[in-house]
Amino acid sequence: MSMLAWKNLFHDRVRLAVTLVGIVFSLVLIVVQFGLFLGFLDTSSNIVAYSGADLWTAAPGIPHVNGGTPLNESLRWKALQVPGVRKVTKFALTFVNWKLPAGSTESVQIAGYELGSGMGGPWNVVRGTESDLAAEDSVFIDELYAAKLGIRALGDSAEVTGRRARVSGFTHGIRSFTTAPYIFTSFKNAQNYARLAEDQTVYFLIRLDPGVNPEVVRSQLRQRLLNADIYTNEEMRRKTMFYWVFQTGAGVTTLMGAILSLIVGAVVVAQTIYSATIDHIREFGTLKAMGAANWVIYQVILLQAAISAVMGYSVAIVVGEFVSHSSQTGNAPINLPPWMAAATFCLALTMCMGASVLSIRKATQIDPAMVFRG
Amino acid sequence: MIQVRNLEKRYGTGSTVVHALRGVDLDVFPGEILMLMGPSGSGKTTLLSMLGCILQASSGSINIDGREIAGLPESRLPALRLSHFGFIFQGFNLFPALSARENVEIGLRLKGIGGGKARRQATDLLDRVGLGDKLDKIPADLSGGQKQRVAIARALAGDPPIILADEPTAALDSHSGTAVMEILASLARKKDRTVVIVTHDNRVLHYADRTVHIADGLIVDHTSQEQAA
Ligand SMILES: Nc1ncnc2c1ncn2[C@@H]1O[C@H](COP(=O)(O)OP(=O)(O)OP(=O)(O)O)[C@@H](O)[C@H]1O
Ligand SMILES: [Mg+2]
Repeated sequence: MSMLAWKNLFHDRVRLAVTLVGIVFSLVLIVVQFGLFLGFLDTSSNIVAYSGADLWTAAPGIPHVNGGTPLNESLRWKALQVPGVRKVTKFALTFVNWKLPAGSTESVQIAGYELGSGMGGPWNVVRGTESDLAAEDSVFIDELYAAKLGIRALGDSAEVTGRRARVSGFTHGIRSFTTAPYIFTSFKNAQNYARLAEDQTVYFLIRLDPGVNPEVVRSQLRQRLLNADIYTNEEMRRKTMFYWVFQTGAGVTTLMGAILSLIVGAVVVAQTIYSATIDHIREFGTLKAMGAANWVIYQVILLQAAISAVMGYSVAIVVGEFVSHSSQTGNAPINLPPWMAAATFCLALTMCMGASVLSIRKATQIDPAMVFRG
Repeated sequence: MIQVRNLEKRYGTGSTVVHALRGVDLDVFPGEILMLMGPSGSGKTTLLSMLGCILQASSGSINIDGREIAGLPESRLPALRLSHFGFIFQGFNLFPALSARENVEIGLRLKGIGGGKARRQATDLLDRVGLGDKLDKIPADLSGGQKQRVAIARALAGDPPIILADEPTAALDSHSGTAVMEILASLARKKDRTVVIVTHDNRVLHYADRTVHIADGLIVDHTSQEQAA
């Protein structure tokens, strides 16, 4: 009976087009909304996700990674004595003002890390190398924010806390969730830009020996560093993400949009598939009158729905990838990781087949006697 | 052999109840073509639907080849329809997306005949109704008479012992109506096969072995072809 499903679908091209537009619209809406939310999640905590650290040491009670307060350097030596700790480096992350060449100011976040430590530095570097950051006034910014920061080319400079900041490299796609872009520089420079005292840092980033249990090391660190909080990298990431996404309105709004898109999408798909099935109700009545069992009718209806789902998904995912790709240079990235593409496929199948189950009830409850009515 | 005894059908309940059939007795014999006539609303379609296990009786008995079907649960009926009946409808009820041959193949596939065998049998059946050159046409490209011939081929698919037709010529002009009736009468007639045709059309009555008149839910008159002549 699969013949009937295929032919029914392709017989009425206009009907098919309407069905597919409905499914594609719904799926693209869902993909974009959830992609936006995923983009939010990623952006909010990227600095932690890419830190390369196993553990973070911070002043007690900080709300999120962008809200750190100074910490005394002496803790470093205590931390280094804990077995399993391989490397402890200083990392500063502080809001400062960036004075554009034209005179106006922008808020930025100085990210100062120990060069060569492999922790806390920039990623996706497209111009310049780490050694360029060794110079006293050297910083890296992201291409996305060059215009905002008044930087036209490599070598342009601005002023931070009365000191020169010369752009000697660019990263690509390092967004900030706040309006203040990240400015990467050496820890030494950051101390100056952020006016940290000589013996102060904001964080210690800790790398562990391979194979040690971070929980074990952490509890020992807690015993020794009484005046600090120790987080795993994942905890810090979640804490930060949770703060920006849920404690501020922006993420909640996006999440609501995503949930709403799911509801709207499901309704549109249900309506589309339902009416596509009801269009053929007379044929199902005929099948039933001819003696087809209900499962034969289920089969035709479910197959029709599954084919629609696969076709709709194929178009939607291409559109989604395109939207996602072009959003990467804009302000709000729409992320579409492979698992989300797979989830969307399952969702498309579930929605289409679920909607068809609603119409199945209609189709199998039809009175076969309807075939005798003109 | 179909034996109908004291068959009643009521639609609805309470004050809106309609007594469509009020105690019908009827015997239909193997090998005969029976025409069922009567005014509009007299209960012809109702009777045919119950003969074909499509509609359930309110009371009374329908016995087909020694088997009582009137009290059977609804779930048993589709299989009975599949094994015993070929249906022809006034409105053709072809599958609009399928070609003539595929329409006939559906009938065969439901009966478990698939693949090349179904294709050959469908082609053969369409040949016999004179549509050997229209195998790949979809219903929209066929005339009314041609559509009904496809429906006849579909009803004959799998060689069911009983053919039931509800006003098969009502939607056709008189010329193609006569042609369709001729094909139906000649192809359906077969030793031991029972054919029941509901019709309004006096001009086709001579294809019948016997005509039964029904009015107000009751059989009012039997006329055999010999008597009519
Ligand atoms: N599903 C139904 N619900 C309620 N009443 C019905 C239903 N089907 C038929 N009837 C009524 O039962 C009676 C017999 O109907 P039926 O369709 O059997 O007549 P018919 O002889 O086939 O008429 P026609 O020549 O117009 O096709 C009519 O009064 C009709 O209105
Ligand atoms: Mg009728």
